[in-house]
Amino acid sequence: MAGFNKVVANYQEAMAGLENGMTVIAGGFGLCGIPENLINEIKRKGTKDLTVVSNNCGVDDFGLGVLLADRQISKIVASYVGENAEFERQMMSGELAVELTPQGTLAEKMRAGGAGIPAFFTATGVGTPVGEGKEVRTFNGREYLLEEGIQGDFAIIKAWKADKYGNLVYRKTARNFNPMAATAGKITVVEVEEIVEPGELDPDHIHTSGIYVDRLILGTFEKRIEQRTIRPSQQESGE
Amino acid sequence: MALTREQMAKRVAQELQDGYYVNLGIGIPTLVANYIPENMEVMLQSENGLLGMGQFPTEDEIDADLINAGKQTVTMATGASVFSSAESFAMIRGGHVDLTVLGAFEVDVNGNIASYMIPGKLIKGMGGAMDLVAGADNIIVTMTHASKHGDSKLLANCTLPLTGKNCIKKVLTDLAYLEINNGKFHLLEYAPGVSIEEIQALTEGELIVSDNVKEMLV
Repeated sequence: MAGFNKVVANYQEAMAGLENGMTVIAGGFGLCGIPENLINEIKRKGTKDLTVVSNNCGVDDFGLGVLLADRQISKIVASYVGENAEFERQMMSGELAVELTPQGTLAEKMRAGGAGIPAFFTATGVGTPVGEGKEVRTFNGREYLLEEGIQGDFAIIKAWKADKYGNLVYRKTARNFNPMAATAGKITVVEVEEIVEPGELDPDHIHTSGIYVDRLILGTFEKRIEQRTIRPSQQESGE
Repeated sequence: MALTREQMAKRVAQELQDGYYVNLGIGIPTLVANYIPENMEVMLQSENGLLGMGQFPTEDEIDADLINAGKQTVTMATGASVFSSAESFAMIRGGHVDLTVLGAFEVDVNGNIASYMIPGKLIKGMGGAMDLVAGADNIIVTMTHASKHGDSKLLANCTLPLTGKNCIKKVLTDLAYLEINNGKFHLLEYAPGVSIEEIQALTEGELIVSDNVKEMLV
């Protein structure tokens, strides 16, 4: 009996059951807080025709970008893309379908999907290409778009710490889309930097409760930085 | 003389108020952070989930888990908080951010803004811009008045796909500070050394010169 113990032994087990044509929701913003090893496992498996829901699509050789090389993604729902050449090529040629979705709407679609809310109204996107073909309702004299919640066959998540029951703590801005994505997967898989015993995390400090988490794995992370910006230290600047 | 990027940032900074929560977009808006008056407390919101963005880190302080919405490494200011993207956009959509500054390709007399896509050329996505323009009441758009080819960016009707409809009321360009109301641009300030005629010639949408028009202090 595993009980509430969500820990799996290896990445193969973590992504078991992922099949061609499935929808995968991924946490992360840019390359920050992305489930990099779970993405690499999808690449290794070679699963094709995936719909990926994520704020961005990585870069050519890191993050979700690695799934483009072997044409594993057929559709992506994202707010900001095009940090990689192969992505642009596939989008322009029509090989890759891209559904540009405003960032706040994307976060809310995941949140709604995970919370059993089929759709919600938002002012974002009214009168823009995003609103085309969508129902518009007026509340208090202002127009709002009907946007639908979203669910994935899998959600892949990066957190900082977890206990074995899958209670999660994120670190700094690596939290981003991960908490909502974690609620929106039929199977939610989480990779973390540290796993502790149940009871070791302060219940007041848990960001995602273990109820959303199906599988948990301990990983090691490259944590690549996309825009390394620094200011000189006081010594260097001579102050 | 047209304003430099730094002068534009400096002029926008004059619109800050003590206790403001502010979201700064990428480009010129980011520079506004360098001109926050010393006697003023302003907190910067970054839509990836940070309120209280600090300066760039030193080499020793770099943390891959701490970036801004432009994906740059940053630090946290005293009193900062971090949160999820849904929470971040609750702040934005819920109208809790006091001032939003962002760039654009085009703005028109009806307060429409186009800033995220040039069909066939640039299709990178809107990021948080559509949420910001829909959720914020107090928005300043910063952009050059005209394109490199001399085409006006202040139009009667935007030609590019819209980021938001009827939502922009203030525009700062390298030539002028303008307000939009009643379907017209209203010239409030001109950059030092720039003539009203020059601004008129580079403004395609209807332009009204305010009775109180004055030279910008930068």
